[in-house]
Amino acid sequence: MVMENQKFILTKKLSTLIYGMIGIGVLSLAVSFLIGTGAERIAANLLLNTYYFLALGLIGLFLVTVHTIAESGWHTSIQRIGESMGSFIPVAGILMLLLFVFGGLHLLYEWTHEDHLDEILLKKVAYLNAPFFYIRFAVYFGVWVILAHFIRKYSLLLDKSGDLKYYRKFRIFSAVFVVTLAVTSVTSSWDWLMSIDAHWFSTLYGWYVFSSMLASGTAVLIILLIALKRMGYMGHVNNEHIHDLGKYLFGFSVFWAYLWFSQYMLIWYANIPEETVYFYERHKNFSTIFYVNLILNFVIPFFALMTRNSKRGSLILLPVSVIVFIGHWLDLYQLIMPGAVGGEASGIGIPEVGITIGFVGLFLFFVFRSLAKAPLIPKNHPFYKESLEYHTQY
Amino acid sequence: MNRYITAYYLDEEDLLKGLGQLKAKGLEIMDVLTPFPVHGVDKALNMRRSRLTRVAFIAGVVGATLGFGFQAWVFTVDYPINIGGKPFFAVPSFMPVAFELTVLFAAFAMVIAFFVSNKLGPAAKAVIHDERITDDRFLVVVKVGDGEGEENIKEIELALAEAGAEGITLKV
Repeated sequence: MVMENQKFILTKKLSTLIYGMIGIGVLSLAVSFLIGTGAERIAANLLLNTYYFLALGLIGLFLVTVHTIAESGWHTSIQRIGESMGSFIPVAGILMLLLFVFGGLHLLYEWTHEDHLDEILLKKVAYLNAPFFYIRFAVYFGVWVILAHFIRKYSLLLDKSGDLKYYRKFRIFSAVFVVTLAVTSVTSSWDWLMSIDAHWFSTLYGWYVFSSMLASGTAVLIILLIALKRMGYMGHVNNEHIHDLGKYLFGFSVFWAYLWFSQYMLIWYANIPEETVYFYERHKNFSTIFYVNLILNFVIPFFALMTRNSKRGSLILLPVSVIVFIGHWLDLYQLIMPGAVGGEASGIGIPEVGITIGFVGLFLFFVFRSLAKAPLIPKNHPFYKESLEYHTQY
Repeated sequence: MNRYITAYYLDEEDLLKGLGQLKAKGLEIMDVLTPFPVHGVDKALNMRRSRLTRVAFIAGVVGATLGFGFQAWVFTVDYPINIGGKPFFAVPSFMPVAFELTVLFAAFAMVIAFFVSNKLGPAAKAVIHDERITDDRFLVVVKVGDGEGEENIKEIELALAEAGAEGITLKV
């Protein structure tokens, strides 16, 4: 059923739930301090969650822009969800900046300990130093926030007026965003994640992180879409749209596994100590997460989403999306924690679970706020009609 | 003996409309041949979904098992060699070959299954109903039952003509 001017309304119940989740987050942050959790562990948790939800925002926007420049009609009907996910980018930027400024930088990154740099780190000072780090930080967020702002702006202007000149601008900004993200997603993952293990490096790392985020971003998009459908919105979205998103989730999960294996296999086979030290730590102290990560992010989505029917309804797709969402959080956990906290001080307890719940609440708060601002259907988009008429042969 | 009637349309919209009418009259449509894929024909013909995916899955599992199993047997039982100090049963190094064999088996099995189920292949006899189906004609093939006499054939031909088809010919 198509309701062209339908807007999302945040119900009392839902907003109470969201405030409750944010409350749990703040509370568990306070509790973690009180029970004497190490400052490094708390900083690492905050980095994990700010990065994870920032990446979800970026991927939401990435999916919108990449479908815009590819002129794919089907995606137009779910465009608003991706745009709304993008509204979290500035929030994550502020939180991350606060984290770094108030001690996080020194706690998380070994290369900031300027008096104790060894030979290897001294060679990397030209790139890994605090001023340049903040300059890059400013550039990333500056570019992302400005582009996100204009993409959203022209999308809404297009919707209001139906003037194709806005569509052209929307496309130009989309193209710029895709190209920019191709570079910045990689370099930002070096800055914020790979430099935790500053002695180690992998040329594949940036794509590996990006593929991980692509899978979880798609999973979140599916979860939001199915949730909205259950709340009675997005009636114009049919099984074909969901099927396509399911194919994405399947494909990106396989892609992630491919990159995971490519990185692991080369390091395992070459067996050079300065490279294997990275996986040695993960095998020794994080062995459960090491294998659970593979099961959640590859084995389960691969077999569960293999058949056609499983991708076309919410019965299997929704649980798998939730699993992938949790799985890639764990993937990020094992990227950050071994280097930043180490095997003995880390674990999964109140700080991890509570703070993550808080971030989920915060993320949903901004996504829903942004969804409520504009009609859910971009009815003046040139591909809107095509998007509704979406049927496949098979 | 296989008997059938062919007729063609000059436009895909007419074809889809005609197919609806023919089905309403209860004719058994054997095949539709078009110069390019026409959306909606599959639905109009009530085509079953392809079972090729199942073939691919089974063949893939076989390929993966063979690829992995053979390497495991060679490197642990038949001819263990110490390669760079790695364990004999080195799972990561078996993965690429297992993956390649999965793809190879699935691909070949699909091609062969496709040929078999469509009676295609190097020695197959090509039936050309109308040379212009590779150009601009949309051909419908209607089955004529074994026991049907002249009258029934006339009826089918009439139905085809009513549904807007041209060039109606009976073929044996």
